[in-house]
Amino acid sequence: MTAVAALLGRGRRSALGALGTTAAAVIVAAVVLAVLGPALSPADPDASDFANAYAPPGPAHPLGFDGQGRDLLARLLTGARTSLLGPLWVVALSMTAGTVIAIVAAWRGGWLDSVVSAALDVVFAFPGVLLAMLVAAVFGPGLSAAVLALSVAYVPYIARLLRSAALAERRKPYVQALEVQGAGSVAICLRHLVPNLMPLIAAQATLFFGYAMVDLAIVSYFGLGVRPPAADWGVMVAGGQSGVLQGYPAESLLAGGCIVVLVVAFNVLGERLSDDSGQSGTSGPSRWWRPGRGGTA
Amino acid sequence: MAAYLMRRALMLAATLLVSSFVVFAGLSLAPGNPLATLSGGRSLPPESVAVLVQRYHLNEPFLVQYVTWLGNAVRGDLGVSIILRQDVSDLISSRSGTTIALILYAALIVLVGGVALGLLAALRPGIVDAIVVMSTALVVAVPPFVAAIVLIGVFAVRLRWLPALGNGTGLWEGMRHLTLPALALAAAATAAVARVTRTTVRQEMGREHVQTAISRGLPYPAVVRRHALRNAAVPISTLAGMTVASMIALAAVVERAFSLNGLGAYLVSAALSKDFAVVQGISLVLVTAFVLVNTLVDVGAALLDPRIKLGGRA
Repeated sequence: MTAVAALLGRGRRSALGALGTTAAAVIVAAVVLAVLGPALSPADPDASDFANAYAPPGPAHPLGFDGQGRDLLARLLTGARTSLLGPLWVVALSMTAGTVIAIVAAWRGGWLDSVVSAALDVVFAFPGVLLAMLVAAVFGPGLSAAVLALSVAYVPYIARLLRSAALAERRKPYVQALEVQGAGSVAICLRHLVPNLMPLIAAQATLFFGYAMVDLAIVSYFGLGVRPPAADWGVMVAGGQSGVLQGYPAESLLAGGCIVVLVVAFNVLGERLSDDSGQSGTSGPSRWWRPGRGGTA
Repeated sequence: MAAYLMRRALMLAATLLVSSFVVFAGLSLAPGNPLATLSGGRSLPPESVAVLVQRYHLNEPFLVQYVTWLGNAVRGDLGVSIILRQDVSDLISSRSGTTIALILYAALIVLVGGVALGLLAALRPGIVDAIVVMSTALVVAVPPFVAAIVLIGVFAVRLRWLPALGNGTGLWEGMRHLTLPALALAAAATAAVARVTRTTVRQEMGREHVQTAISRGLPYPAVVRRHALRNAAVPISTLAGMTVASMIALAAVVERAFSLNGLGAYLVSAALSKDFAVVQGISLVLVTAFVLVNTLVDVGAALLDPRIKLGGRA
């Protein structure tokens, strides 16, 4: 999200190419719809009228109704909020923790770095969805438990990647120059290291947003995340499944389609951004984030 | 090589130890006392409470509890389900066959389908390549539960080719019942393997030794097989192995969607009904399998490719 905001704010869309721009536009549109959701909604998303069960689309209800006679468009719009807010929390928590761990380990080096790297290798082992199920069993189902579990599961991936980038950055002459000038470690990290890692952080955040979206939807699909009757895309895919068997696949397909479209958009944008951050390519300064600052070349 | 294997074995042991600790520690992290968690909030007669306290050594320090639990688990004793009042190990072993069959079936689809599609795209530039690239780009983002919905809707409800729900009895019926689930589980991974195969094979085809082999008039299929595909085998098998590992956790989704009687679906229902011994037992088994497969993939890649540096860490 930060990536998108920064990008549009700087008006350098051309750097993303047509595909990247389309992906960014899809994401922005989804965010706008999620924010405006209740205002645009044609009906109360929770009002159910069994007379309308599986009723086809009509002028007042453009997407028709689900098996309990609730307006599908209203539920999709309301569901966009939880379906986007959940991943946002996961990304915010795991990126913050991962960045702090990576920079502290890379900056201090020595035994601390060895211990942190070894610990990350070991923690790496737990699949996010499995951890979320375990946490849900202990604390009871709920979105916050799932968000916390996924954040913990993602940290090693993020920290490992950022650690090697921070290590490379730390060895650059400008950091040593700053140290010679007597700048404090914290100041160098916050004012120079983090901004120079920002393209990579933004790219990873975008990619992990997509992963988090799928994983949270899976947890909600199990009934262990967002609880029905709340509208959430994962819950809707699960809720619509009996409809699929009866030949009314609209609810599951629409909710699943929303997830797939957004995940594709986040993947495409994230890959474009990581191409730009020089992670997968050879190297080079970032093209869109604070060009020229800090001399990353 | 021996040093590398030793290091990996040590890491494997450490990882398994930490994972088992995480699985166990959930019990004491839970709000309220462990007894309430174990009983899932149900009120139990005093005799049952006494049995639980004795079983889990609840009167002793935390580390003693953990060591006892781990010792029992290693010997195949994973406790008793609070709901079914049966040994968790028995409940697990009666359901693991479905999950193993599902994952093997899906892995087969991933390897055969992914490599075939990737080769097709790599060797037929133009329209075929474009179709494969576009469709895999979409499918790679389709999570298993959406794939399951689409497959049920199309092949079970519309076309009535394959059954939508349940396990089926006998080999043939069992395979028929597992086909759609395995496809749903394999879809995204197949697309990913196809994309990696296409990229690496195309890279290898452009290499000097392959070009030389072609220009010297060696039969084209042999060149592809012996030079391009063999060199591409390492990244392909690494990715395929990683996706198989991820299926261990994702199988739950597909089992749930198709009402299969497997480990993952049982884990979900145990988590929903707060049958904690079962959740612990299945989590332990799944994490162990996940870690083992990942380690095998790493070691396998190192053995296959002598260029991989054995000492260094990335």
